Amino acid sequence: MRILIKHGRIVDPASGRDATGDLLLADGRIAALDGEASGASAERVIDARGLVVAPGLIDLSARLREPGFEYKATLESEMEAAVAGGVTSLACPPDTDPPLDEPGLVDMLRRRAKALQRARVYPIGALTVRLEGERLTEMAELAAAGCVAFSQANVAVTDTQVLWRALQYAATFGYPVWLRAEDRWLARGGVAHDGEVATRLGLAGIPVFAETVALATLIELVRSTGARLHVCRLSSAAGVELMRAARAEGLPVSCDVGIHHVHLSDMDLGYFDAQCRLEPPLRSRRDREALAQALAEGAIDCAVSDHSPVDDDHKQLPFAEAEPGATGLELLLPLALKWGAERKLGLARTLARVTCEPARILGVAAGRLAPGAPGDVMLFDPEAAFRVAPEALRSQGKNSPFLGYELTGCVRATLVAGKVVYEQP
Amino acid sequence: MPRNPQLNADGKLQHLLSIEGLPREILTQILDTAESFVGVTEREVKKVPLLRGKSVFNLFFEGSTRTRTTFEIAAKRLSADVINLNIAASSTSKGESLLDTVANLSAMQADIFVVRHGSSGAPYLVARHVKPHEHVINAGDGRHAHPTQGLLDLFTIRHYKKDFGGLTVAVVGDVLHSRVARSLIHGLTTLGTPEVRVIGPQTLLPAGVEALGVRVFHDMSAGLRGADVVVMLRLQNERMTGALLPSAQEYFMKYGLSAEKLALAKADAIVMHPGPMNRGVEIDSSVADGPHSVILPQVTFGIAVRMAVMSIVAGN
Repeated sequence: MRILIKHGRIVDPASGRDATGDLLLADGRIAALDGEASGASAERVIDARGLVVAPGLIDLSARLREPGFEYKATLESEMEAAVAGGVTSLACPPDTDPPLDEPGLVDMLRRRAKALQRARVYPIGALTVRLEGERLTEMAELAAAGCVAFSQANVAVTDTQVLWRALQYAATFGYPVWLRAEDRWLARGGVAHDGEVATRLGLAGIPVFAETVALATLIELVRSTGARLHVCRLSSAAGVELMRAARAEGLPVSCDVGIHHVHLSDMDLGYFDAQCRLEPPLRSRRDREALAQALAEGAIDCAVSDHSPVDDDHKQLPFAEAEPGATGLELLLPLALKWGAERKLGLARTLARVTCEPARILGVAAGRLAPGAPGDVMLFDPEAAFRVAPEALRSQGKNSPFLGYELTGCVRATLVAGKVVYEQP
Repeated sequence: MPRNPQLNADGKLQHLLSIEGLPREILTQILDTAESFVGVTEREVKKVPLLRGKSVFNLFFEGSTRTRTTFEIAAKRLSADVINLNIAASSTSKGESLLDTVANLSAMQADIFVVRHGSSGAPYLVARHVKPHEHVINAGDGRHAHPTQGLLDLFTIRHYKKDFGGLTVAVVGDVLHSRVARSLIHGLTTLGTPEVRVIGPQTLLPAGVEALGVRVFHDMSAGLRGADVVVMLRLQNERMTGALLPSAQEYFMKYGLSAEKLALAKADAIVMHPGPMNRGVEIDSSVADGPHSVILPQVTFGIAVRMAVMSIVAGN
């Protein structure tokens, strides 16, 4: 199947290209651009006039909720949501039930996902058995089954001996380790950023140093073990500074931020809005500013949706009792565009943070539009606005702090491996 | 931020959820109305027909005898029908959600829900889901607010000191976990109290507490000096020993109110406590029962204040 996309504004963040042209996909890959593509014969021609043609989004954290939490979301619903949001590759954290700590589970997830023929799914294996932080998982077996990295999702390893050994073991085989930086003891019981807002609302706080203490420990262990560490969901200005220093030292570290955290702060909790109950917590406006700036500068490598569908029964609760998380697959693009517009970055630099940069961390060839690259492409209208409403979301999770907001950027079509997997009806 | 959920479209009190965000006029209206009810509570026939035919549901998701009783008395003195539900021991233990419980009671034609809940913000959730004619009164939510307690504290202070204009008020103890302290502090600052102090060890003061408009003291003697009003907070048993405090004895030594320490306050200072007291932990008996103490009048005023709140919201 050859598909020719004509007259689109082709934006390739990896090369910095942003110009109108044509793009040919053949045999599941990008075959040619512009002149070489224009005259080619194709089974299907898509007129992309007025649309941006860019690599599909690569989301390093999207919970599909299978196995175990099918009442929150299913692979079917979330894979539809992914491609409707322009996401063509996603990494899913291991906090399913049971967690992704056995090759059989990983294998099944990959098969199920593949059969749906939507986005590419990259499972992240559990670093420790049942995420309990006590025994290492069979990382080599899990890697063979398709795990691209190892993680604890939101569950910290409290025993630093185990953490040290896990990083050593992963480093032995060159497996990347993706961890959140949060000291479990300092964060214990907390539900919001420990600051004025939490004090006013009477919510138990999670101090910034819950992040920096854990981060300092992780960085020290990387220095000793040489493990490749990707820090997930930075939340504070102080955390950004520690990451800058670690990187400047030449340590093999990278990091991401949740897309909500570059837009919202603890002020947005308003009157106990449980939609703003996220992990890590939304911090001060100063922290938000530092995160948004660091993402622009590249001190934070990429932005993720941290997609976490939560059903109403677990969200319509008093703030502290509500389950953390927000739906995100379908909002990643508009929220990234909003961030980029606010920072005046231009489209190529904006999209880099959700395409080629996460691709680099994931170690995949997608995320670019060069000939030979995987045929993962999205077409979106950068001017089209929509109101975020439950009925506008395909994800089973309707939980978002942005409900009721008007956002700009609508995906019109998504292609994975050279096939159209989504077209706006 | 969304519109203050406590106020209706005309800016009148629809629900009482927190003292924070209430304009001075509404606070004064409540205190003035309460003043008029003090007379009722002292009459032989302690009833007025203001809420006749209305149903007040006391929804207590967290145990309380005193607050529930005072709400019950207040509602009955307004001639309302009162239904007490001790939910801590019923529906939720069967897995029913807060909103389901409220929806069910709402179907039984409630007019006012008095809600106490262990989670900060729970009454806001209830207020978002009740019918337009139903009112929610927060009877204490987590660490967040206890607005009727705050109002009765304000009422007591106004009763003895007449005016907030020149006052120094010291709030002593476990501010971190105290909804009483938060509500009182917001009320005092709204009514123009020039100096509100909080006194306690760092472990019992929340992050950024200064932003509430208070001066922080760790030394009790310094904090009490020149105070017109001393408000002692209750220290929960489970917090007396552990990571926050070493022992009740040491706490009393540093932050308990003794006659000696009280002597540093103004000669006509009043001493308040939201109850129930831990004698010998946060307050010495000689002070609790002494001439400066207005702890029992607080309880009496509490009924008038709750009558005022219920009659005002039901009338709006």
